[in-house]
Amino acid sequence: MKAVTGNDLRAGGVVYLAPDGGWTPDLARAAVFEDAAADAALSAVSPRAVAHAYLIDVVVDGETVRAAGRTVRRETIRRDGPTIKTDWRDARL
Amino acid sequence: MYRYDEFDETIVRERIDQFRGQVARRLSGELTEDQFKPLRLMNGLYLQLHAYMLRVAVPYGTLSSGQLNALADIADRYDKGYGHFTTRQNIQFNWPALVDVPAILDDLAAVEMHAMQTSGNCIRNVTTDQYAGAAADEIEDPRPWCEAIRQWSTLHPEFSFLPRKFKIAVTASATDRAAVRVHDIGLQMVRDADGAAGFRVIVGGGLGRTPYIGDTLRDFLPKEHLLSYLEAILRVYNEQGRRDNMYKARIKILVNALGIDAFRNLVEEEWGRLDKHGVDLPTEETARIAAYFAPPVFNGDAGATIEGVAAAAPPHERAAFERWLKINTAPHKTPGRRIVNVSLKPIGGAPGDATSGQMRAVAHLAHRYGADEIRVTHEQNLCMPHIAVADLPAVWRALDAAGLATANIALASDIIACPGLDYCALATARSIPLAQQIATRVAAREGGEETLGELKIKISGCVNACGHHHVGNIGILGVDKRGEEFYQITLGGSAADDAAIGERVGPALPTSGVLDAVDALLDVYQARRAPGERFLDAYRRLGAEPFKEALYDHADA
Repeated sequence: MKAVTGNDLRAGGVVYLAPDGGWTPDLARAAVFEDAAADAALSAVSPRAVAHAYLIDVVVDGETVRAAGRTVRRETIRRDGPTIKTDWRDARL
Repeated sequence: MYRYDEFDETIVRERIDQFRGQVARRLSGELTEDQFKPLRLMNGLYLQLHAYMLRVAVPYGTLSSGQLNALADIADRYDKGYGHFTTRQNIQFNWPALVDVPAILDDLAAVEMHAMQTSGNCIRNVTTDQYAGAAADEIEDPRPWCEAIRQWSTLHPEFSFLPRKFKIAVTASATDRAAVRVHDIGLQMVRDADGAAGFRVIVGGGLGRTPYIGDTLRDFLPKEHLLSYLEAILRVYNEQGRRDNMYKARIKILVNALGIDAFRNLVEEEWGRLDKHGVDLPTEETARIAAYFAPPVFNGDAGATIEGVAAAAPPHERAAFERWLKINTAPHKTPGRRIVNVSLKPIGGAPGDATSGQMRAVAHLAHRYGADEIRVTHEQNLCMPHIAVADLPAVWRALDAAGLATANIALASDIIACPGLDYCALATARSIPLAQQIATRVAAREGGEETLGELKIKISGCVNACGHHHVGNIGILGVDKRGEEFYQITLGGSAADDAAIGERVGPALPTSGVLDAVDALLDVYQARRAPGERFLDAYRRLGAEPFKEALYDHADA
């Protein structure tokens, strides 16, 4: 299974293609595609919406969607940080 | 400091107007991302893992307090309240919105700064010794020559589309604090037999996936011919460097393929053909630029000593103050002055980061006590090069209050680390958390890290080596193995005058083994070092074997 991701063109934040054709920062609410349909979904992405759209492997886990496959660590950090959190610099080991 | 003339001002303002139009065309959809990408990169704007990243040029690492305050304002107004100082003496903002970037560039231009040539296959920001103009051991201040290179290379039409990026570093001291042997071109000021100043020209150094220590191209180049000789080198590289494979496109690959003698012949031949008078600076222009870098007038007490100010410190502060004096300050060429290094490596913090408040604190101190000058170091710290010895107690207290007085310059916790997978789209592993954990571990060693002496640990999150791991005394390279982070250890590297590429000592270690591995290496060093011997010297004397045994015996345990 695949999801389409990219960075919001204006602000740069990580976003995922949603079932309604819009974009969401929440991977759990991303549209999920079978491999064959994923390429078509990626091709249909408007260049005005996102920068650098690409496909990631995902699994559907109940009602949520999680990153999967070889890039799971990269995509997990990309989605969850820690650097995206406002207080991450305050955390000292 | 150098001040923009009307040409600098016009170039920067016109470029901002141009980029503002490009951003508008991108937002409207008139430009695709593929069309826009090279345009934004030429203005220092990357797209990283989580967001855009804007890399701002700090020419040869020199900032005024007004400029540092402006960077703090940008951090607050357009970013998340902090910035990251880099190994190219630049600063990166990790969270700017594309729509805000033209306004950020306006704010930078207002303080004579920009983001041009901080990316792309062009001549990047020239770097130099952070002690330039203050070092007791320098032949002359190298920054006028850096400024000449900056002017010559800015939007140079012939060298805007090189085979690959190109980095130049300059030092005028025998002690190399600018890593000149691991740059595309390294320039080291030397004197000839008659005492005239010129440059030793080193070429073909570099890190990345194919590291090289540079070769000496010329033992002595009269300094007045610097620009024409650089032009000859760049022209040979531009014509003969590979463009078919980006991993083989740096000048180091060309120099290595041809051999230094053949490369030298090509450069000398080209230089012989060049109209030197059309490129080299006239004497009066050299003098005009140099006048901007005149040493600041010092009216303080030339007889003040660090022993004296230390002795006068209140008893409850004395030990910490003396330690900071010893570790974070360095001799100045003017009696009564001292160079103050500002550590951006708090134990457990992200190397090279500074909050807007910390930037303003340093700017204030530089304005009040430091001739209005701040330097960014290639080791991701800041430096105030002109502090009166008598003012050291006040400067130390203010830095301490701002969280900037960690006494660890050149010690094991003064780690260079690239942003790694916590920011970078190219990284394959994290660097920052490892740096934080290693710093915490070494600082907690018995006797403190001071007992280890000088020890350079450098961490990269991928083979591009932005964390300079090849030249770490202990180098750590993050790699991805079947989706897991592993770390490859190299030993014996150095970026200084004894430059060397570190040796890989065995297979990569899992994340869980790295901290104990570093401890094991340090245990061997402390057990077997001669009195006063640095880690690097002990490694070179003892060889890899005892360290390797400790590393992998430990990993096997």
